[in-house]
Amino acid sequence: MKTRILGWAALVAVVAAAVNGLFVVPADLNQGDAQRIMYVHVASAWLAYASFGVTALAGIGYLVRRDLRLDAIALAGAEVGVMFTAFTIWGGMMWGKPVWGVFWQWEDPRLTTTALLLALYIGYLLLRRLTDDPHRRAARAAVVGLIAAVDIPIVHFSVLWWRGLHQGPTIGDPSKLLHPSAPLLFVLALLAMVGAFTLTWAYLLIRRYQLARLEWQREEEARLSRIVAARRAAPPPLVGNVEEPAR
Amino acid sequence: MTQLRRSLTVAMAIARKDAISELRGRQAAGSTLFFAALVLLLFGFALGPDAERLAQAAPGLLWLAIVFGGLITVARLHQLEAEDGALEQLALYPVDRRAIYAGKALAGAAAMLVLGGLLVPAAGILYGIPIGAAWVPLLTAVVLGAIGFAAVGTAYAGLTVRMRAREVLLPLLLLPIVAPLLLAAVKASSAVLAGDPLGEAGSWLQLLAAFDVIMLVVGAGTYGFLLEE
Repeated sequence: MKTRILGWAALVAVVAAAVNGLFVVPADLNQGDAQRIMYVHVASAWLAYASFGVTALAGIGYLVRRDLRLDAIALAGAEVGVMFTAFTIWGGMMWGKPVWGVFWQWEDPRLTTTALLLALYIGYLLLRRLTDDPHRRAARAAVVGLIAAVDIPIVHFSVLWWRGLHQGPTIGDPSKLLHPSAPLLFVLALLAMVGAFTLTWAYLLIRRYQLARLEWQREEEARLSRIVAARRAAPPPLVGNVEEPAR
Repeated sequence: MTQLRRSLTVAMAIARKDAISELRGRQAAGSTLFFAALVLLLFGFALGPDAERLAQAAPGLLWLAIVFGGLITVARLHQLEAEDGALEQLALYPVDRRAIYAGKALAGAAAMLVLGGLLVPAAGILYGIPIGAAWVPLLTAVVLGAIGFAAVGTAYAGLTVRMRAREVLLPLLLLPIVAPLLLAAVKASSAVLAGDPLGEAGSWLQLLAAFDVIMLVVGAGTYGFLLEE
């Protein structure tokens, strides 16, 4: 019930922030309407990183405690994170085409880092699908989630240097939009969108966690019913009802 | 102190065992090397015959060949164990799991060092790059790259060795992780080949070393969980 209220609140907030970003706030002088993409782009990028942080922490938690509920949280984080990462890249490309003239800009360290991030966590999800035993899956996923999380800052630094050591940025730094010199209206619109997206994120995370628990229960039930069916199908014992020997 | 010495002995023993089995079963190691050399040759066909363009792309092509060869190397080192059921024996061994990891990583790094040590001169000949003048920093890059790749590769090979579709899964997991390693190694190599005009090779080698240290620590910390299965 509480989750449902959260879901409705998230929906209302996203609609309100979108209406504000699309119609109320004026368009940017230089970039025009394309700049409005920034509101959802920055918000989803922040939540992508938050998701993978959740995955890494829940994974470490699993390795320490061996509690499958923590693994369900890790799964929820990774899946929601992949979605937000894909959305971030998509938004960035939609913004890049009118503003930079290209969909893909190799000189932008954030874009290249985010693309690798997507590859890392798609691999994580594939690994989960290819393991059947829940505890084995959880341990393997936790290790991969941890190594990926450690790798992200290294990727970011290397890509930053990659560009930085050779030539100065030839394109406007997108983070300048967030510079305090940006009009207060823009900053407020962005904050509203970040808040709305965060509510949505929390809702999705909780729902995915609940779904993971249900799936897990169903797996258990299926396993039990297979055992029962096998017992029934087995030929009856030769001598009446034999008690199981005491251990 | 005795604990540490004991762990080192174990690690060395495991690495030695892997090295011996590599040397005696020459075919596998030899075909990995042949494969990597073939990759170098095919890159030449894909980008040639413009010698200048090839020389410019050479560091990137060389490191891609090393990475592809390394993928096969780290996978094979675990595959051999798993096939004979030796991995279970190794896991039952009453020693520190980190020592087992260190041994496997050491063996992987050594095998990759041999691979890289042979591929660099091969690339020098095929792509016409002056490796003789810059062999010390190039060798440093190969050593650091081999250690870093083996550090992550050992953990991931141990993770995927008992899985179905591991042939696809290992590269899928490993390649994005080693992307910064590839980037730093290529940058360092192309800088030293050009005479390091901007003095940037040192920072790239430092980044490689940092990658090595971080991944060794994480790998040693997590490998035990993968053996436990």
